[in-house]
Amino acid sequence: MLNLLLKHARVIDPEMKIDEVLDILILDGKIADIGLSLPMKKSIDSLELRDKIVAPGFIDMHVHLREPGYEYKETIETGCAAAAAGGFTAVCCMPNTNPPIDNEGIVRFVKDRGRKALDGVVDVFPIAAVTKGREGKELSPMAELFEAGAVAFSDDGSPVSSAEVMRRALEYAAMFDVPIIQHAEEVSLTKGGVMNEGYVSTILGMPGMPAVAEELIVARDIGLLEFTGGRYHVAHLSTSRGAELIRDAKKRGVQVTCEVTPHHFTLTDEAVRGFDTNTKMNPPLRTQADVDSLLDGLRDGTIDVIASDHAPHSFDEKEVEYVNAPFGIVGLETALTLAITELVYKDVLSWDQLVMKFSTNPRRILRLPPAKIQRDAIANLTLIDPSVKWVVDSNKFKSKSRNSPFHGKHVRGKALGVINNGCFLTN
Amino acid sequence: MPREDIELILETTSSFREVLERPIKKVPTLQGKTIVNLFFESSTRTRTSFELAERRLSADVVNFSVAGSSVAKGETLKDTARNIEAMKVDMVVIRHPAAGAPHFLSRVLDAVIINAGDGAHEHPTQALLDMYSLREKFGRIEGLRVGIVGDLSHSRVALSNIFGLKTMGALVSVCGPATLIPRGIEKLGVTVYHDLDKMICNVDALNVLRIQFERHGEALFPSVREYHLRYGVTRERLDKAGHAVTILHPGPINRDVELSADVADSEHSLILQQVLNGVAVRMAVLFLLGTAHHESGS
Repeated sequence: MLNLLLKHARVIDPEMKIDEVLDILILDGKIADIGLSLPMKKSIDSLELRDKIVAPGFIDMHVHLREPGYEYKETIETGCAAAAAGGFTAVCCMPNTNPPIDNEGIVRFVKDRGRKALDGVVDVFPIAAVTKGREGKELSPMAELFEAGAVAFSDDGSPVSSAEVMRRALEYAAMFDVPIIQHAEEVSLTKGGVMNEGYVSTILGMPGMPAVAEELIVARDIGLLEFTGGRYHVAHLSTSRGAELIRDAKKRGVQVTCEVTPHHFTLTDEAVRGFDTNTKMNPPLRTQADVDSLLDGLRDGTIDVIASDHAPHSFDEKEVEYVNAPFGIVGLETALTLAITELVYKDVLSWDQLVMKFSTNPRRILRLPPAKIQRDAIANLTLIDPSVKWVVDSNKFKSKSRNSPFHGKHVRGKALGVINNGCFLTN
Repeated sequence: MPREDIELILETTSSFREVLERPIKKVPTLQGKTIVNLFFESSTRTRTSFELAERRLSADVVNFSVAGSSVAKGETLKDTARNIEAMKVDMVVIRHPAAGAPHFLSRVLDAVIINAGDGAHEHPTQALLDMYSLREKFGRIEGLRVGIVGDLSHSRVALSNIFGLKTMGALVSVCGPATLIPRGIEKLGVTVYHDLDKMICNVDALNVLRIQFERHGEALFPSVREYHLRYGVTRERLDKAGHAVTILHPGPINRDVELSADVADSEHSLILQQVLNGVAVRMAVLFLLGTAHHESGS
């Protein structure tokens, strides 16, 4: 088991209200002591972390691990390696696999594969389908799925389009206090669309997906939620008006939460101009006004979580005409650095807030125990170099796929390593 | 495309227009060059025009069309193009239903790529021949008032015309039902009309776009009849303008839908002139790109 002394780290844990330079002694994978200048012992390795950050383990609550069914894009093993490299000690994987995660056997399979990958340093929490086969018609066996270990329900990749089905899902899932995660898209407005509808789609002559397609579903679902109760989480929020709707709902005390992806707060639809298929994702990159609203939402707490929507695709699948390319980009290995570069260094978020969006808040939404930095807790930690400058090189990703629009981007801050379940992985 | 490049192409087109008036309409300029016409969409007019231009420049020409090819068997665009390039092709003329397909090809191939229309994005040689025809008629493009009427949302011809005409200093306006005018188009510096009669009063020339019946399933306007009533270019409408309005159409025409037969065949119509100029413009483009490539490659 892991024995390690972390020296002189800036320890940030919003849950424990800690932000100070401390030593952390880990014995048998558990936090044995925290304090100023803990004594070094010959038998225990120590790690000098002056000017580095130690935070409660980060979780990416929106990833696609592709297994079972699409192992050529990613496996649970390679996805976990990418997660660890990106500074995550946990991921929630979406059910759009083949077969989809809509029965307890698949939930157990995914959890089992997760435990075996990299000695279990990354906890894999499956998100199960809202409806059977993700077809949007009949509810999946939610009670069974929940008992098998599903932490939330989503048909992500597709929306739950029927208001009636969404109503029943909210009501039913409320019995287990589990959130429904919605891919908010009114599909009758986005048919054939490949990018945001607006000036850029007009001059590129490409079919658009208007922002209102997201806004309508968010508005509808908030209405349903106020009627049914339960909990509802908007995946990959991308629009200004969507953020506004959630802000207002929260003010009224509605149990709605949401996440934003690093690409939606970093890029705009201007990035599509070169027809690079790594700028194609759903929801699409929006306008600068949307980005500004998302940054405001992150600042004022409207947006609870940063999640990557890690969506690996093979090189050949993306090496086609823009309209024919699949939606999605990888994100596990760039999410943290983009958040540091675009949010912390641009004064959108404090370090404390960053830790909340990557650890405290998603764990609270998913009713997972917080990864607290306190004595006797399992050491579940993310180690960060906050200031190193580097250039993203997608060829070095641990993920099986390379589909990132951030290849070559100059960034700042990086995960140094992760500690979880008695394992320590460094970059 | 910068103004100087457009000027150069239009100047070069003039020389090739002379060639087309000769009894023997052929020059040896591209002798030994191999050009593939890679057409992923049916097109009689553009493909014939390119092919004539290529043959009159003495290039070796291969036509590749989708029907009966390996594309029908599921081959990717990249593989198709690379296979063709492996046969030592110098230039590829591509027509493709996907916006950006020529840009994609230019990334994966070394050959010179010419865009013969990509989805609803651009159709540069059409805009060039439209501009050439206008300049031939009016002697200038600068300050000319040009209207474009029809389905702007799905028109590569419209976009390329707007880019080209604006660059050359024309005053451009567009007209069509609100469902066929894409968002943000006014940011390109064009005036947007929904009333054709109002626009006609303010233009010297009218580029009439083809209405694409194949898009009717999308219910973008109520009926062909209603479209014709509101946006059909008729003799009656043109007479009300109080001045002569020159008519262009990229073809093929739906007679008595977007354009009435008598207008299409009238003395103010440049339609057949456009077809002739199309060959000359494409000769100019092929010549300029074919020879530039040769120099940089040697």
